[in-house]
Amino acid sequence: MEELFLSFMNALVIGVPKFFFPQIDPFYTEELLPLLNIGLYNSILLIIPSASIGFILGAILGSLQTYANPVVAKTATIYSQIFRGTPLVLQLLIIYFGLPAFNIVLSPYFAAVIGFTLCTSAYQAEYIRGALVSIKKEQTLAAYALGFSKFATIKNIILPQALRRALPGCGNEIIYLIKYSSLAYVVTFYELTGNGKKIASLTFRVLDSYFILALYYLFLVSIATLLLHYLEKNILSQQ
Amino acid sequence: MTKPILSVRNICKSFNKKEILSNLSFDVQKGEIKVLIGPSGGGKSSLLQCLNFLIFADSGEISFKGNSINPKKPTELRKYRQQVGMIFQDFNLFEHLTALENVTIALRKVRKFTKKEATERALKELTLVGLQDKTDHYPAQLSGGQKQRVSIARALAMDPTILLLDEPTSALDPELVNEVLQVIKKLADNGMTMIMATHQMDFAQNIAHEILFIENGTIIEQGSPKELLCESQKLSRTYSFCSALGIHTGEK
Repeated sequence: MEELFLSFMNALVIGVPKFFFPQIDPFYTEELLPLLNIGLYNSILLIIPSASIGFILGAILGSLQTYANPVVAKTATIYSQIFRGTPLVLQLLIIYFGLPAFNIVLSPYFAAVIGFTLCTSAYQAEYIRGALVSIKKEQTLAAYALGFSKFATIKNIILPQALRRALPGCGNEIIYLIKYSSLAYVVTFYELTGNGKKIASLTFRVLDSYFILALYYLFLVSIATLLLHYLEKNILSQQ
Repeated sequence: MTKPILSVRNICKSFNKKEILSNLSFDVQKGEIKVLIGPSGGGKSSLLQCLNFLIFADSGEISFKGNSINPKKPTELRKYRQQVGMIFQDFNLFEHLTALENVTIALRKVRKFTKKEATERALKELTLVGLQDKTDHYPAQLSGGQKQRVSIARALAMDPTILLLDEPTSALDPELVNEVLQVIKKLADNGMTMIMATHQMDFAQNIAHEILFIENGTIIEQGSPKELLCESQKLSRTYSFCSALGIHTGEK
C-alpha cells in the first residue's frame, strides 16, 4: 500500500515536473518532495482512523449527552469539557510522555491517533448534540406511537435526521483535524509537518520548504472538502 | 352489552398544577366510532395522548381487551402501542424517509418484517389511501392532505385494533380536507374502531356512534349525534357550541 502510494505521488509531483522542466532544482526532486510524500502518507494514516473513529465516538457521546440518564449524560458532558478545554498539545504530551508512569507505553503513532480521536470526538459530540436537540419532539412521539423503543427511535428516526443537519459542522471539524494532525511531531511521529521541518532545518531552505508544505495541506483539505460536498449533496438533498 | 375493547377509568392529568383532565371515564366497543368535540384547550388532544401513553396520566386506569396496561413495563407498553394507531394533527411523518419508507420502517424495525414483506404491505396501504404513485416522494414534496394520508397508511400497516385521530384535518387547507375525510370514511365503513377529535361537525355527525363533548377536562355531554344535535336539544352545550361554529346542525 505504502509503496503504491509513494510511487504514485512521486510520479505525480516529481516525475511530471521533471519531464517538463528538466533543469529543476534537485533540492525539490531529490530531497524535499520525496520526504514530503512519505510525510503525506503518514499524515493520511493518522487522519483517516482519527476522523472516522472520532466521528462515531462523537455521535455516541452526543447521543448520551442528550438522551442518557443524568449521570451518564453529565459524564459525557464533562468528558467533552475536558478535551475541549485543554490544549491538544498538552493532551498528546500526557498520553505519550505521561502515561508510561502508569506502565502504559504507546508507540508515537498510537499515541497520536488516540489523542486526535479523543479530542475530535469531543468537538463532534457538540455538533451532533446541537443537531439532535433541533429535531422536533413530534418525530419521537410518532415513533413511540408506532411501538418503537427509545433506543430504536434514536437509532432509526432521530440520529439519521440529526446527522444530516450536523454534517456541515462535522465536516468543518474534520478539516480542523487535518491541520492539527501536524501536532503529531510533538510525540515524535513524523508526518507532513515533521518531515517538512526536518528538511527546512537541515538545508536552511526554510521559505520554499514551508511554502510547499502549505500547498500539501491545501491539497489535502481540498480533497476533503470535495468529498464532504459530495456527501452533503447526496445525503442532504433527500430532505 | 359485550365487553369493551378499550376501557378508560378515572383518568386525571395536571400540568403545573393546572388540571387538564379530571376524572374521565368511558368505554369503547369493537367497531365503535367515538368523536371528541369541544373547545380548543379543553383536553381532547391530551386525552388521546394519554390513551397510548405519549403522556402519562397522573392516575386512572386504561384497559385494553380486558387487561389493564402498565406503562412502566416497556415491552408491554410497546406491544399495546402497536395495536393503537395514532394520527396526529401535524402528520409527524419522518422527514428523512420517503412515503414508502415512512410506512415500512415500523414494519421492519418493530414488527421485524423482511424488506420485501414490508414493501408489499406498505404498497397495499398506500394504495388504499390513494397514494400508490407517490411512494418515492419525501414528506417535503407532498401536500398536507397527502402527508396525512401517508400517516394513515403508516398507522394502518401496523394492523391496529383501534385508531386514535387527533384533529386529522385541522392543519389542512380547506380544499384538502375532503381527501382525508374520505379515507377515514372508508375505514369507518370497514368497521375500524376509532376515537377521533375533530371540529368537522358535519362529518362527525355522519360517522359517529357517540359524541363526547369535552370541556375543561371533563365529559360535559355524551350521546349519539341524534340525541345531542337535534332541534329539541337546543339547550345542550353541544348544540350551542356547534351553532357558535356556524355549523348547521339538526337531523338530515
